[in-house]
Amino acid sequence: MLSPDSLSRIDREVAKYPADQKQSAAMSALRIAQEELGWLSKDTIEFVANYLGMPPIAAYEVATFYNMYDLAPVGRNKITLCTNLSCQLQGADRIAVHLQDRLGIGFNETTADGRYTLKEGECMGACGHGPLCLHNNHMMHVQLTPDSVDKLLDDMK
Amino acid sequence: MSLNTATGKVCLWTLDHANPGSLETYVANGGYEALKKILAEKTPAERIIEQVKISALRGRGGAGFPTGLKWSFMPRSFPGDKYLVCNTDEGEPGTFKDRDILIYNPHQLIEGMIIAGYTLGAKAGYNYIHGEIYEQYESWQAALQEARDAGFLGKNILGSGWDHDIHAHHGYGAYICGEETALLESIEGKKGQPRFKPPFPASYGLYGKPTTINNTETLASIPWIMRFGGQAFLELGKPNNGGTKIFSVSGHVNKPGNYEIPLGTPFATLLEMAGGVRDGHQLKAVIPGGSSAPVVPGEVMMDLTLDFDAISKAGSMLGSGAVIVMDETVCMVRALERLAYFYFEESCGQCTPCREGTGWMHRIVQRIEHGQGRPEDLDELVRIGNNIGGRTICALGEAAVGPVVSFVRHYRKEFEYHIEHKRCMVGNGVGN
Repeated sequence: MLSPDSLSRIDREVAKYPADQKQSAAMSALRIAQEELGWLSKDTIEFVANYLGMPPIAAYEVATFYNMYDLAPVGRNKITLCTNLSCQLQGADRIAVHLQDRLGIGFNETTADGRYTLKEGECMGACGHGPLCLHNNHMMHVQLTPDSVDKLLDDMK
Repeated sequence: MSLNTATGKVCLWTLDHANPGSLETYVANGGYEALKKILAEKTPAERIIEQVKISALRGRGGAGFPTGLKWSFMPRSFPGDKYLVCNTDEGEPGTFKDRDILIYNPHQLIEGMIIAGYTLGAKAGYNYIHGEIYEQYESWQAALQEARDAGFLGKNILGSGWDHDIHAHHGYGAYICGEETALLESIEGKKGQPRFKPPFPASYGLYGKPTTINNTETLASIPWIMRFGGQAFLELGKPNNGGTKIFSVSGHVNKPGNYEIPLGTPFATLLEMAGGVRDGHQLKAVIPGGSSAPVVPGEVMMDLTLDFDAISKAGSMLGSGAVIVMDETVCMVRALERLAYFYFEESCGQCTPCREGTGWMHRIVQRIEHGQGRPEDLDELVRIGNNIGGRTICALGEAAVGPVVSFVRHYRKEFEYHIEHKRCMVGNGVGN
């Protein structure tokens, strides 16, 4: 189900923990699986559980507890905008309106062409640089303005 | 400037250098010297803990617990495995200091973790890094590899015969994992739900083994203390509040950012460093220690110094040192609605008072904000808050109550106006 590259990345995570604690790599393994497949289906979660020798329900608990896992398909570009207080004071509400107007979708929606998904996020720990967003969970873009958002969206495939 | 006593900075002194995060910069300015000395002299753990106690270093993650005392709880003679865990799960709204340590001084954190691991007799160290800062997770892992390649980490460190390794663990979006026992569950590959205490992590921690958990900034302060002594660190701050502290300033200031200053510095000085309240506006309110800290009216704040004891006396807390500044355009109902939603969203759902209470409080604040508030709502909010505090496994419940009760207490007129007139008393929401 996963590529040799993903499996070797998971193996490197497993190696960080004591030999009898492979489950510690569950969070990273699910992340790596999601990176490759775009989202986590029940089959994917079960595969990861089996690979780590843990009960599938335990892996499912992890996948449903942490909010950066996607349990349904998302667009090629997932944009998660922090709207918490510090970012809000620094203009996140305006960016939220701009993103929704520009993409024609609300939060938790995906554009019809499957190019963009918009999410509202909680504090990302970079408040001094707000407003800010995450692109596909791993790339942070800071000090957003309507113009910089337009450029960002245009650059996303 | 360097890792010395002259810069007045403990953690972010590297920012004065061209290549702040590099191993070269760190080593060229005294980095890893404390570790070398400890390993060469086989410094007894008791002596290290004594220096940390003298330093009056208090936990930088929010609770302000004395680090030396925490270290002394660790049963070092316990024959089995023991662990050190660093908490970089920085997700309290307003807090963004640890991310800068990972970027600008990753090796001082690594050295601090190695010294802590040595002192506590830990088999290994783990650094739990907030899910949303993946780039820093990757870059810090690269710094770990640099440390291994340089012989500071891994097998037979610096020829001492001592083996120790450190790994990064990546979170994936759960504020609750900043709570230390939730964090341990998360490292074990489970849902991040806090454990009952006791037993405390020092006796039953990661994988059931004795474990010490410290904040990133706390551990990054250790090399400085070991090089220059606990007394020098104490003298950077004030009694019972040793050292400098990184204050993360966000909101309505001209220059949001991190400012590392001595504990005990007047708030007015920090505000000035952050460029003052944004041009043309007046200070209205300050949340001095991250979103869980009770809000303090601006005029009260202007007379306070920034240290654990002074902020606590004013009815709030220094917390993580995250200072959120609000000017006169902010509708406090709107601001509280966003914070109340945050705690509702992030409650792990384990304890009924928190799971139900955070949602209940949010729904009430939301209806006040949207013009559907009822006259009895304000007392109801306080009553719900009183029924959450002290009735949950962890502190998230109380953290959710702090903002609600303090916003209503200090800005009750605004809430009453909202209920009566079905609109804001102060205009345009959050000033944007």
